[in-house]
Amino acid sequence: MTPFQIVVCGSIVPDPLQTLEPVTAAGGPSLKNEMMLPAVLDPWAGHALFEAANLAQKTAGSKVWLVSLAPKAKLQQVMMMVAQKAPFELVALDGPASGFTDSFETAAALAGAVNGIAGLERSRLLLFGGWESASRGAGSTLQMVGERLGITEQFQGVDELTVREDGSLEILERVEGGKHQVSVCQAPPAVFGWATGKLPEPRNNPQVGMVNMRGVMPALQKARPAAVKSAGLCFASVSLPKQQRETRVVKNMPAEEIAREIAAWIGEE
Amino acid sequence: MSGGSNGDRFDEAGVERQSMDVDIVCVGFGPGTAGFLSALSRGLLNEDGSPAIESRVVPGMPLQVVCYERADDVGFGVSGVVTRARGIRAAMPGLDFREIPMATPVSSEKVVYLLDPVGASRRSAPRRIADRLIRTLGLHQHLGVELPYLPPFLRKHGGVVLSMGQFMQFVAADISSSGVAQIWPGTPVAEALMNEDEQGVIGIRLADQGVERDGTPQAGFVAGMDIHADLTVVGDGPVGAVGRQLNERFGLPEGHHQREWALGMKMVVDLREGSALEAGTVFHTIGYPEPEIFGFLYVHPGNVATVGIFVPSWFRSPMRTSYRYLQHYMQHPYLWRYLAGGKLRSWGAKTLQESGRRGEPFLAGDGYARVGEGSGSTNVLTGSGVDEAWTTGVQLAQAVLELARESKPYTRENLERTYLARRRASWLEKEGRTAEKARDGFHRGVIWGMAGMALAGLSGGRLWIGGEPRLMPSPEEFYAKKLEAAEFRRIVDECRAKGLSCHDALMDAAGWPEIPFDGQLLVTHQDALLMGGKVQAPAGFADHVQFLNADFCEACVSKQCIEMCSGQAITAGPGGVPLFDREKCVFCGACLWNCPSPMDDDPPRANIAFHAGAGGLHSTEN
Repeated sequence: MTPFQIVVCGSIVPDPLQTLEPVTAAGGPSLKNEMMLPAVLDPWAGHALFEAANLAQKTAGSKVWLVSLAPKAKLQQVMMMVAQKAPFELVALDGPASGFTDSFETAAALAGAVNGIAGLERSRLLLFGGWESASRGAGSTLQMVGERLGITEQFQGVDELTVREDGSLEILERVEGGKHQVSVCQAPPAVFGWATGKLPEPRNNPQVGMVNMRGVMPALQKARPAAVKSAGLCFASVSLPKQQRETRVVKNMPAEEIAREIAAWIGEE
Repeated sequence: MSGGSNGDRFDEAGVERQSMDVDIVCVGFGPGTAGFLSALSRGLLNEDGSPAIESRVVPGMPLQVVCYERADDVGFGVSGVVTRARGIRAAMPGLDFREIPMATPVSSEKVVYLLDPVGASRRSAPRRIADRLIRTLGLHQHLGVELPYLPPFLRKHGGVVLSMGQFMQFVAADISSSGVAQIWPGTPVAEALMNEDEQGVIGIRLADQGVERDGTPQAGFVAGMDIHADLTVVGDGPVGAVGRQLNERFGLPEGHHQREWALGMKMVVDLREGSALEAGTVFHTIGYPEPEIFGFLYVHPGNVATVGIFVPSWFRSPMRTSYRYLQHYMQHPYLWRYLAGGKLRSWGAKTLQESGRRGEPFLAGDGYARVGEGSGSTNVLTGSGVDEAWTTGVQLAQAVLELARESKPYTRENLERTYLARRRASWLEKEGRTAEKARDGFHRGVIWGMAGMALAGLSGGRLWIGGEPRLMPSPEEFYAKKLEAAEFRRIVDECRAKGLSCHDALMDAAGWPEIPFDGQLLVTHQDALLMGGKVQAPAGFADHVQFLNADFCEACVSKQCIEMCSGQAITAGPGGVPLFDREKCVFCGACLWNCPSPMDDDPPRANIAFHAGAGGLHSTEN
């Protein structure tokens, strides 16, 4: 079977456990203390990365790149947590990663970085990424990256990708009603915007981390500033999703009862 | 080689355990290890980028250095400080603290004696008379008396207020960008690997992943990897699994002990607009909520303050709690005039090893060295620990570079000649000696303790007031003057039946006012976990807190581990053995030194096992 060249586009988002507060700064909307907040790999991109690593492991000779546009210092910090999870080569772009950047400009920067990867062959290229982002729900960036790279086979909301015996790819995409649409793609190149996939987060592997890190730091040092200015973008308003927290400590409550209570609570909304 | 047995959780036979070789492995990324890696990384490369010191395990490459940290990110779960930063400045001469968020120079410093505004604080008769006199003569402002004199040993003028979380992130980024050392958060270290004669350390074993709560393998089990190293740098803090393992294995030097502890609990607060507190303001407080509890307030730039208390092990209350006392502390009129209208931003708690220099373990042996707080570096007189911990790391780095250049192995003799000698010749040792008996007087009482500190501080440690720990009173005895025995018993029984700790109900009954929760700063303990601590417990790791002997727990009356638990992670269980909820644990380690059931064969050990674990606080602002 022909080995794949899998490029994962994925960035960072603030640790979802943090308290996020939108503020208006001179350059437009942002999050209060964003550079102080700890960050994590965007969970959607994380699923894509772990699926890519799994596919590469099963297909001998395959390789994974992670193309990431984020503030360099924050990206470096997140790599300490990610680089033990799966083998990859980092391609870093230094630029904003907040939910308030222009996805068109972001896509252009990412496509440029993918085009710049030496030795990449279109006939083996699988472009992975998150269907959405934890900081941006538009789901448009990866599609535009694919378009800029001239890749017409695009699949969004992917939960499973299987390589069939003849080398074609069978894809499960999420569709309405909690169902999956099954598609078959004859061959790369193709774009896959991952939903949650089916893999758990890999365990930390120190050997993988040691090998990855030898490439991560040089990649960060070489990171070029990305031309993402969002100059033409205007936000009419910014607000947090409505939140409600009720703390109650209950031990040994049956799952059915918990589900019933949650359903009743949703019904009240 | 032997490597323990995963806390005897399962039979090692048949377990496939991978291994990896590095030159130096560090356990825990605290200030001590940060100082070590920061200083070491500056000496590992030549100006042209070629290795100044070649790796033994990967010839041709620079020294291979890795550091494993339990918390999910660097800078999680450590404490904020005001520090003179002498060691930090010396090691990073070009450092501009303004580059670090939440850092600012100390602008003013006061020690304030707080009167009791609610009438519930446990005060001796002489203290009550003194308090009344102060009130009558109007010698206070907002029930606080600003002391006119700050002894030199307490002064932090010229120092900085820091968020340790932000500082550690800054240092970690600096180390990582050098490319010569790797720091891996989210990777707890289970134990040190001993050599064949059990006299030296040859590396570490990472915690198993994919296990049940009791540690037995489940689907997806991955045995923790063995990391073999020429040198193991142990900097996992006062309650770290590896440091305690070495203490148990080698004991402490003669005359040393680790019986003095404190629990520091704090909140980072967004102050209301116009709070009138200047950045760099520092308050140290004494007297309230209980005479034994010290407090502090530091002001960061951006109208942010850190406010907190220390609850020491010599506070002879078997029903002690930090969270409830912290809420009363914040509401003291002297502080509340600044804090009212503020909003909780972050919250956390941490055990402090308060034996200081006398808690120092054997600092070096074949293949290992100890740095940081767990190595007894904290100065208990000046109340300073971060700069001292950092300095121990720098001294070890200098020693390691010296030995590496000489191609000498990391034997006990060589480490003592280089690391220990540097430590003994430094200000760290001199000031540690001055401080080592300064707090002994607190075992006699607070006034004796304060007098002892003053004597030791002003005499350079030549004079002090001695004292030995006294037996803790029973809960019933402690509340005897405040509550009838029947009432006490009713409250305790009711709380235990509900699985709750008892201190809230007992404090209510003893006259402490209820907390007027405002949902912003005065929040329930559980809301503090959610809003301020953001505690996380990654799946696939075992419970790190275990109760060893059920009989001891069943017979235990005070259940101090439940009362003192910073995150309400330990609750009353059926039959008397407490329950542990990993998803609420902030890894403060208070349970370890608040267990009143010593092991018969090893009295310093209590009935709680505190293993390596993953997760904990998710805040970088502490």
